[in-house]
Amino acid sequence: MVLQAIAFYVFAFITMASGAMVVTSRNPIYSVLFLILAFFNAAALFLLLGAEFIAMILVIVYVGAVAVLFLFVVMMLDIKITALREGFLKYFPIGALIGAALLAEILFALGVFGSGSTTITALDRAGARVGTMENTRAIGQVLYTQYFYLFQAAGAVLLVAMIGAIVLTLRRRPGVRRQRIGEQLFRPKDQTITVVKVPTRGGVS
Amino acid sequence: MASLDRAARSFLLSEVIAGFVLTLKYMFKPKVTVNYPYEKGPLGPRFRGEHALRRYPNGEERCIACKLCEAICPAQAITIEAEPREDGSRRTTRYDIDMTKCIYCGLCQEACPVDAIVEGPNFEFSTETREELMYNKEKLLANGDRWESEIAANLQADAAYR
Amino acid sequence: MYADLIHFFTVNWLGQAIVILAECLLVTVPLLIAVAYMTYADRKIWASIQLRRGPNVVGPFGLLQPFADGLKLVLKETIVPSSANTVLFLIAPMITFMTALIAWAVIPFNDGWVIANINVGILYLFAISSLGVYGIIIAGWASNSKYAFLGALRSAAQMVSYEVSIGFVLVTVLLCVGSLNLTKIVLAQSGWFWDWFWLPLLPMFVIFFVSALAETNRTPFDLPMSEAELVQGFQTEYSSMPFALFFLGEYANMILLSAMGAVLFLGGWMSPIPYAPFTWIPGLVWFVLKIALLLFVFSWSKGTLPRYRYDQLMRLGWKVFLPVSLGWLVLTAAVLQFGGWLPGK
Repeated sequence: MVLQAIAFYVFAFITMASGAMVVTSRNPIYSVLFLILAFFNAAALFLLLGAEFIAMILVIVYVGAVAVLFLFVVMMLDIKITALREGFLKYFPIGALIGAALLAEILFALGVFGSGSTTITALDRAGARVGTMENTRAIGQVLYTQYFYLFQAAGAVLLVAMIGAIVLTLRRRPGVRRQRIGEQLFRPKDQTITVVKVPTRGGVS
Repeated sequence: MASLDRAARSFLLSEVIAGFVLTLKYMFKPKVTVNYPYEKGPLGPRFRGEHALRRYPNGEERCIACKLCEAICPAQAITIEAEPREDGSRRTTRYDIDMTKCIYCGLCQEACPVDAIVEGPNFEFSTETREELMYNKEKLLANGDRWESEIAANLQADAAYR
Repeated sequence: MYADLIHFFTVNWLGQAIVILAECLLVTVPLLIAVAYMTYADRKIWASIQLRRGPNVVGPFGLLQPFADGLKLVLKETIVPSSANTVLFLIAPMITFMTALIAWAVIPFNDGWVIANINVGILYLFAISSLGVYGIIIAGWASNSKYAFLGALRSAAQMVSYEVSIGFVLVTVLLCVGSLNLTKIVLAQSGWFWDWFWLPLLPMFVIFFVSALAETNRTPFDLPMSEAELVQGFQTEYSSMPFALFFLGEYANMILLSAMGAVLFLGGWMSPIPYAPFTWIPGLVWFVLKIALLLFVFSWSKGTLPRYRYDQLMRLGWKVFLPVSLGWLVLTAAVLQFGGWLPGK
């Protein structure tokens, strides 16, 4: 138990510290790398809670894919570090406001203020049904029964977003010659080469 | 039908598999390379390898310091200094070849009127330091002594075509 | 006396720590030796495909060549470019190397022979194998060189693309097993060798293998380090020990993906014929043989296939593998559901 407590405080501290470093570090690359560290430690916290499925999904989705794309984009940008620092104080109030709003939302959801009991009871009901099941199975049973419509709706929202992004960036430019790999591969020999018998001093007509 | 054939062939990866089969066949063919450090390819008598300064059978060095090789060397790798010996014969006091400059064109041995500087059949003279490739007269004469029989045989074999 | 010892190693935390450490060493040391001989086997296989002899001078049949190469790399000077970001430059190869090693914690070598028999083993494997890209990206950026940077960008895009299809392949296998535990995945494939998943899921197996080639940046997908264009890609600025770490990490990753293929599709430690003379051979031997078979195909394809162009590589990943794996996933799910073979009911 002591070991778990120590582990929790270590991971929690690293998460908070790297979160702070994301905001304060001078180099945007370092920011992204600290963000990855924060993701990792959050995953470790999930593991401590016994939610190994969520921990792994966090690492796969956020560290394995999203942060790679972040890093990809940030590396390609030509960022002047001093220019980035200039706006810090100007945007600080807005940032603080958004942060405060997010914090308040989380607290509301947890039911710290007022009744808030609805969410807790919903979670309890789900928990009662799940019991001591395997983590993955438990999530599946809740996700595909109680929250099925919400889950499908979330999927639909993502699909719409994806189609929107594709439609916005897809343009057909006229006069672009495209490679048709299938046609290239299955071009028959008799349409491609002609074997010519060249007579001596005759040349190819 | 043709399109079905195409689709089947591209989904069954027929061409890729044909390539794999070909390379697998090649894996079991006999090797074409020689087993180099233990087994060496033949060298022609005109092979131009490491340089050597030859001696006459009585032990007198052949080089007469005419400096024709120094003059003809396109890479200017040869440096010669000479002064008369006590017996009045003209001999080199210094004969250096910078092997890092040398392009192994063989013009020095073509120019030599007494067959003193020759390029022998040795091509395995790599060194661990650059300095060791600055050959001086002692080194070249030692090479000549070591490789004399091979060099003489090569000159003999090639003499008919000169 | 024995009871005391057993108590020490099973209950005492120090004893348990010693046991875990010993298990890790028991996996890591043979793995590194395997990596060394994988480089040797690679060179021998390419050589014989090209009708050459390969390394044959150091030791009998050149068997000591990998150690001579390793010694050379260790003894060389570590050069850090003056404009490089020193810390990240040195961390990057360590990331590649570590991620290649830690994934082995969940690989079952035999029934019960696994360091951590966790329930989400396959997700852990997938997560760790998706981290390997960081070593490469960070190396490319920290080197502060155009070749290294371009190599890193190519590698990042390529690995992210092919992870998608690997993910669908894994999901298909999971559907057939009903568990994320690697030991259970192997146990679900008991029987003759045609009962292993490679035959019923053959297209998935092919997609998995090709994606594994792309994940490990091997020919025909070795664009991140294509000599003709990018010198040596993200490794351009590396020398000596950091280079050696990259090299070890890459080969360890290759062996890891082969082990994954063996567990998912070739029945792990199962013997191909479930009858007497074959079942006497320990499972570890079968497992190693299956890994060796897949590694041979890795080398074989390097000796056979020319390098893809980058847009062809992206086309293959997104326009061929993604739809095919997605379609096969749906098909598998439908067959399992309507055939009544869905496991874990």
